[in-house]
Amino acid sequence: MTELTSRDLIIQATYFVASILFILGLRSLTKPTQARLGMQQAAFGMLFAVIGTLLNAHILSYQWIMIGLIVGTIIGYPMAMKVAMTSMPQFVAFSHAFGAIAATIVGVVEYRHMHTIDAMGNMPGMSRGVAAAIGFEVLFGALTVTGSFMAFGKLQELITGRPITFRGQNAFNITLIAAAFVSLGVLIYNPDTTWAFYTLVSLGLFLGVSMVLPIGGGDMPVVISLLNSYAGLAASATGFAIGNNVLIIAGALEGAGGFILSLIMSKAMNRSFANIVFGAFGSAPAASTKAGGPTKEAKTITAEDAATQLAYAGSVVIIPGYGMAVAQAQHTCRELHELIQKKGGKVTYAIHPVAGRMPGHLNVILSEAGIDYGALLTDVDDANRVLASADVAVIVGANDIVNPDAEEDKSSPLYGMPIFRPWTGKTVFVVKRGKGTGFSGVENPLFTKDNTLMIYGDAKGVLGNLVKEIKALDEGH
Amino acid sequence: MLQIFQLYVFVLAGFVGFIVIQRVPPLLHTPLMSATNAISGISLVGAIVAAGGQYGTVSTILGFVAVVCATTNVVAGFLITDRMLAMFKGQKPATAKAAAEKAAQAGAGK
Repeated sequence: MTELTSRDLIIQATYFVASILFILGLRSLTKPTQARLGMQQAAFGMLFAVIGTLLNAHILSYQWIMIGLIVGTIIGYPMAMKVAMTSMPQFVAFSHAFGAIAATIVGVVEYRHMHTIDAMGNMPGMSRGVAAAIGFEVLFGALTVTGSFMAFGKLQELITGRPITFRGQNAFNITLIAAAFVSLGVLIYNPDTTWAFYTLVSLGLFLGVSMVLPIGGGDMPVVISLLNSYAGLAASATGFAIGNNVLIIAGALEGAGGFILSLIMSKAMNRSFANIVFGAFGSAPAASTKAGGPTKEAKTITAEDAATQLAYAGSVVIIPGYGMAVAQAQHTCRELHELIQKKGGKVTYAIHPVAGRMPGHLNVILSEAGIDYGALLTDVDDANRVLASADVAVIVGANDIVNPDAEEDKSSPLYGMPIFRPWTGKTVFVVKRGKGTGFSGVENPLFTKDNTLMIYGDAKGVLGNLVKEIKALDEGH
Repeated sequence: MLQIFQLYVFVLAGFVGFIVIQRVPPLLHTPLMSATNAISGISLVGAIVAAGGQYGTVSTILGFVAVVCATTNVVAGFLITDRMLAMFKGQKPATAKAAAEKAAQAGAGK
C-alpha cells in the first residue's frame, strides 16, 4: 500500500464521517419524530463526502465538475419540490435511474481509463478482482437504468400498466441472463476483453427492459423495491471498482433496504422469495377466470343513507387502496374523517403493506392530506382486530386486499395473501368505480356478503357526497 | 488483499443496514426508500473523479453526464425525503392531544 498523504487522510476522514451519518440517518427512520433531523444530518454527510472528494489529487480540472453540480441541482431541486405525493413511485423510479446512470458511466470511464495507452506507451490494465467489480457494476447499473425507466413509463402510464408478455419470454430472459454471466466470466478471466465488457453493458440494458415489461401495475411495489436493491448493489460495486469504502457502505445500505422491502412486499403478496429474486413475477396472476360470475347480486346504498350510518357510528375504519390515490380523494377523505370525529366517532385507517404503487405509499398520501399518522394502522393483524369491532368499514379504491377468497378459496390466485377482514364488523361500504374486478382479475365475494353495501362512483365524488350529506344532517337538526 | 478488506466492509455494512432497516416501521417505508436512494447517490463521488481526471474528451463528457445525474439523484432524493418526513414530524403532540380528545368523545358517546 502507498503512503497516505495528509490530504488523503482528510479525504478519508470526510468519507468516514459521511458513512457514520448515513447509518445514523437510516436509524433515525425507526422513529417518525427523529427521522427528519437524522436525514438532514445524513445530507450533511453527503456534503462532506463531496467536499472531500474535490480535494482528490487525481482531479486536474474543476470546470465540468462545477457545471455538473450546478446543472444537477437545478434539475433536482424543482423536481423534488413540485412532485405530488401520489406520484412518489414514479419519482423514486426516476431517481433510481439517474443514480444508476451515474454508477454505470463511472464503470465505463474507469474501464476505458484502465485500457488506454498512456504517453509512456503503457496500459494500466486491471486485476481480475477489479474486473469482477466493474462487471457487476455495469451489469446491475445498466439493468437498473432501463428497468427504472420502464417502471417509470408504466407508472406514468406512458406504457400500458398491463403485463406485456410473449411466447418464450422466460426462456428469452434466462438466455439473456446466461449470456450476461458468460460475458462476466470472460471479462474476469481476461480483464482486457473489451468486447465482453461492452456486451455486458448492452445485456444489462436489455435485461432491464425485458424483466420489467411483463410486470403489471399492481406488482409495482415489488419491482420498485427490487430496483432499489439493484441500484444499491451497483453503487457498492462501483465502490469495489474504484476502491472507495463510502460507496461500498452506502450501496450496501441501499441494497439491504431494497432487499428487506422486497421481502416484506413478497410476503404481503404471498409470492415466494425465489420468484422475487429472479424477477419472474409477471406470470403469476391473470389466472382463474373460471369463477363463473357472482352468484348473488351486490346490494347498493345511497349516499344519504350511508352518511346517516357514518354520522352515528362509534368506530369507522377506512381501507384505502391505490384507487384513492388515482382519484386524488385523500383531502376529501380527511374532511369526512373530521366530520365523523366531530359527531363523536373514532376514525382509523387500515393500510395494507402493498396498498398503492410502492411500499408505504398510502401512508404518505394520507399524511400529506393532514391526517394524523397516529390514526394509520399499518399492521394487518392489528387492523383486523379493530375491524372486528368496527361499526362501519369503508373501502375506498381497494379490492384484492379485502378479498375473502385469499382465506377461503384454495384455488384462488390470491390464496394465502394476508388480507383485511372488514366483513367481521357490522357494516361494510365499498366505494368503487364500477362493477369490474381488481387488478388480479379475480371476483371479489366480499361484494355479495350480507353486510356489504356498494356505493358506485369515483372515490372523490362519492366521499364528497358523503361529506355533503353529513353536513345536511346537521342542518336538519 | 485490498479487495478482501473491501468485502469485509460490504458484508458488515450490509448487516448493519439489515438490522437497522428492519426496524423501520411500515409507516415510513416510502421515505426509507427515497432516503436510501439519496444516500446511494454517493456514486457522485466516483462521477466527480471521472469528470475531473482529464482521462480524455469522451471520458470527461461521460463524467460530466454522470455528475449531473448523480447530483440530481442526491439533491432530489434528500429534498423529497425531507418533504415527506416534515409531514410526519411535529404531529406527535397533536396526536397525544387528539387521542385524549377522542377518548373523551368516545366516553361521552357511550
